[in-house]
Amino acid sequence: MKKVIAIVLCLVMCVGALAACSNSTESKMKVGFIFLHDENSTYDLNFLNAAKETCEKLGVEYILRTNIPEDQKCKETAEDLIDQGCTIIFADSFGHEDYLIEAAKDHPEVQFCHATGTKAHTANLSNFHNAFASIYEGRYLAGIAAGMKLNEMIASGKITADQAKMGYVGAFTYAEVISGYTSFYLGAKSVCPSVTMEVTFTGSWYDETAEKEGALKLISNGCVLISQHADSMGAPTACESNNVPNVSYNGSTIKEAPNTFIVSSRINWSPYFEYMIGQVKDGKAIDTDWTGTIATGSVVLTDVNTNVAAAGTVEAIEAAKAQLEAGTLHVFNTDTFTKDGAKLDSYLADVNTDADFTPDTEVISDGYFHESEKRSAPYFDIQIDGITLLDVNFG
Amino acid sequence: MNGKTHTPLIQVSKRETLPWQKSWLIRGIAIVAALVVCALITTMLTGENPIQVYGSMVSGAFGTGRRIWQLLRNVAILLTISLAVTPAFKMRFWNVGAEGQVMAGALACTVTMLYLGDKLPNALLILVMLIASVAAGALWAFIPAFFKAKWNTNETLFTLMMNYIATQLIAFFIVWKYPNGTGTMGIVNQDTRAGWLPRLGGNEFILIILVSVVITALMYVYLNYTKHGYELSVVGESERTARYVGIKVGKVVLRTLILSGAVCGIVGFLLVAGVHHSISTNIAGGQGFTAVMVSWLAHFNPIMMVFSSFLLCFLGQGADQISTDLGLDHAFGDILTGVILFFIIGSEFFINYKIKFRSGEERKGEIENA
Repeated sequence: MKKVIAIVLCLVMCVGALAACSNSTESKMKVGFIFLHDENSTYDLNFLNAAKETCEKLGVEYILRTNIPEDQKCKETAEDLIDQGCTIIFADSFGHEDYLIEAAKDHPEVQFCHATGTKAHTANLSNFHNAFASIYEGRYLAGIAAGMKLNEMIASGKITADQAKMGYVGAFTYAEVISGYTSFYLGAKSVCPSVTMEVTFTGSWYDETAEKEGALKLISNGCVLISQHADSMGAPTACESNNVPNVSYNGSTIKEAPNTFIVSSRINWSPYFEYMIGQVKDGKAIDTDWTGTIATGSVVLTDVNTNVAAAGTVEAIEAAKAQLEAGTLHVFNTDTFTKDGAKLDSYLADVNTDADFTPDTEVISDGYFHESEKRSAPYFDIQIDGITLLDVNFG
Repeated sequence: MNGKTHTPLIQVSKRETLPWQKSWLIRGIAIVAALVVCALITTMLTGENPIQVYGSMVSGAFGTGRRIWQLLRNVAILLTISLAVTPAFKMRFWNVGAEGQVMAGALACTVTMLYLGDKLPNALLILVMLIASVAAGALWAFIPAFFKAKWNTNETLFTLMMNYIATQLIAFFIVWKYPNGTGTMGIVNQDTRAGWLPRLGGNEFILIILVSVVITALMYVYLNYTKHGYELSVVGESERTARYVGIKVGKVVLRTLILSGAVCGIVGFLLVAGVHHSISTNIAGGQGFTAVMVSWLAHFNPIMMVFSSFLLCFLGQGADQISTDLGLDHAFGDILTGVILFFIIGSEFFINYKIKFRSGEERKGEIENA
């Protein structure tokens, strides 16, 4: 029997080896991508689409590895991709960062690019880079669409101005999420001054049940419009079945929610992927921190669903977008929000990551909070007035 | 029934123990049958060439030197957890709490690593981490064992519940430590590497593999050649007999479960200090449950467990590669793994039981009698 097993194993290995040989072509550039989840997560799908599209456009080979957890498996996957000839490794989740840094230390000849990470500017590694986009600008624009919808409800007598309460399903009480919901809120407030918002947290980036339950809880609390920063279809489908308008994230959810989807903001990762691959092709260094903007095409909005959105939404968004691009409008203008009833003139943010979240960098000047300028990942973590956090004891 | 005996169409009866060649032949046939069924499923559902799918599977496990090392390391971890649950199973104590015991060990290890990282020299730190892990794992198994011995509580439910408590303790610890984080711990002592297990000859896998080899040998001896091992198998066969011959059942239960938990604690230690250098609620990754299968498939024989854990790790790693190479969902690889396991577990039925169909003559006799 042992002999038989040995023979079978040998045969199978030969087949495997042959299969491996037939795959190898002339040495093209190869990029390896590491994703936390797979295409079922709107967040990862957004990356997956951009990765495929960009690599095919530029004619480089690529390998996609999905469902890679935020542990040693991330480093091992990166090394496996390097073994297969990848010279650029990209990972898409915050928790991948430490493991990617470990891989970067061991493989100085390979470039490591990481979305949403915070440590590149302090890691002292020339081959480790962070990237993000000023998505708070996209959230702000999406917020305008939400505010316009609220105004429509107020005008039609469906709700009073005081009842203009939005709900937001967040993942964690983490700066990226706080920055996201605050900019969304400020966008809504810019057109509907009486708006308030409740935020619930699921304690996970992807938990369809919890996101759905979170959205239902907010709806039963009297929220008349929902948005989310969590990656499943939980919130959009909860909104659709309760006929509550939804402002989505990471991409259009109009298919799942045709009667409630208004608009969605998302980061378009193609410009970064093009940049990252281009720099390596040209033998140039990749920026330690790269922040995409509306101008680079990194922050985009989907088409507005005019069946649900209030009249004039498209125009209002376009107008604000032009102002953002021109630099005449700042999302975190300190005149537009207060903390504990007072305007902020100064704020120390935790830009240089350390275990205790020590605030270290002044980020308010010229009348606004400078988000994503000191590093690519967001660091706006102020709890402003008008937003109520429902539950912060997730886990 | 007119007082006549009725011969059923299919008769199932317990077999005498089969010679090992025969039982392995049955297992071999099961694997071949499983591969055929998997090939059919693959072609029908995906239209992919099944040979290519199997090629991916093999390449996922053996394709590069690094993959082979990882496979061996994964086998070592799964094997050690399986060894941990085995003495309890042999005693018919259904410890399904290995998952939680590993997590408890891992949590104790992480806490020690985090808070004593800059206070102790590295060798001493690692020793303290090991002791903490073993103690926590043992405690996590001792609690249900104590209740079982004292009040005869249901150990299956109790050990299962302890898993959830361990998961939530880890989740709570991470949120408590990093209230504004994303539910991940990040690497502990990344700059100083304090408390990280040394890489023997630059290889991060060997130490873990060696530990599992030693534990396998010790467990084999413990179960087969010691008084303790004998006592727990007597308790497993019949508690009454055990009492009759003067074995203190409660004491054996407690002692065995502490051993079970302690070995799980060692795995928690290895996972934190030797693999992830961090902790997450997923650190045991369901292996505490897979270990139940490994142990049963191997009939509680530590040497056979090497093969059964190898098989399961191979299937797992192979399934991963299938989804990468062929762009199929991870669930597809899991379906194939499930089919293969179904056949392998099913083959145990044919090894242990004889199936006899009603012969034509018996049927004829019945008709005549009627």
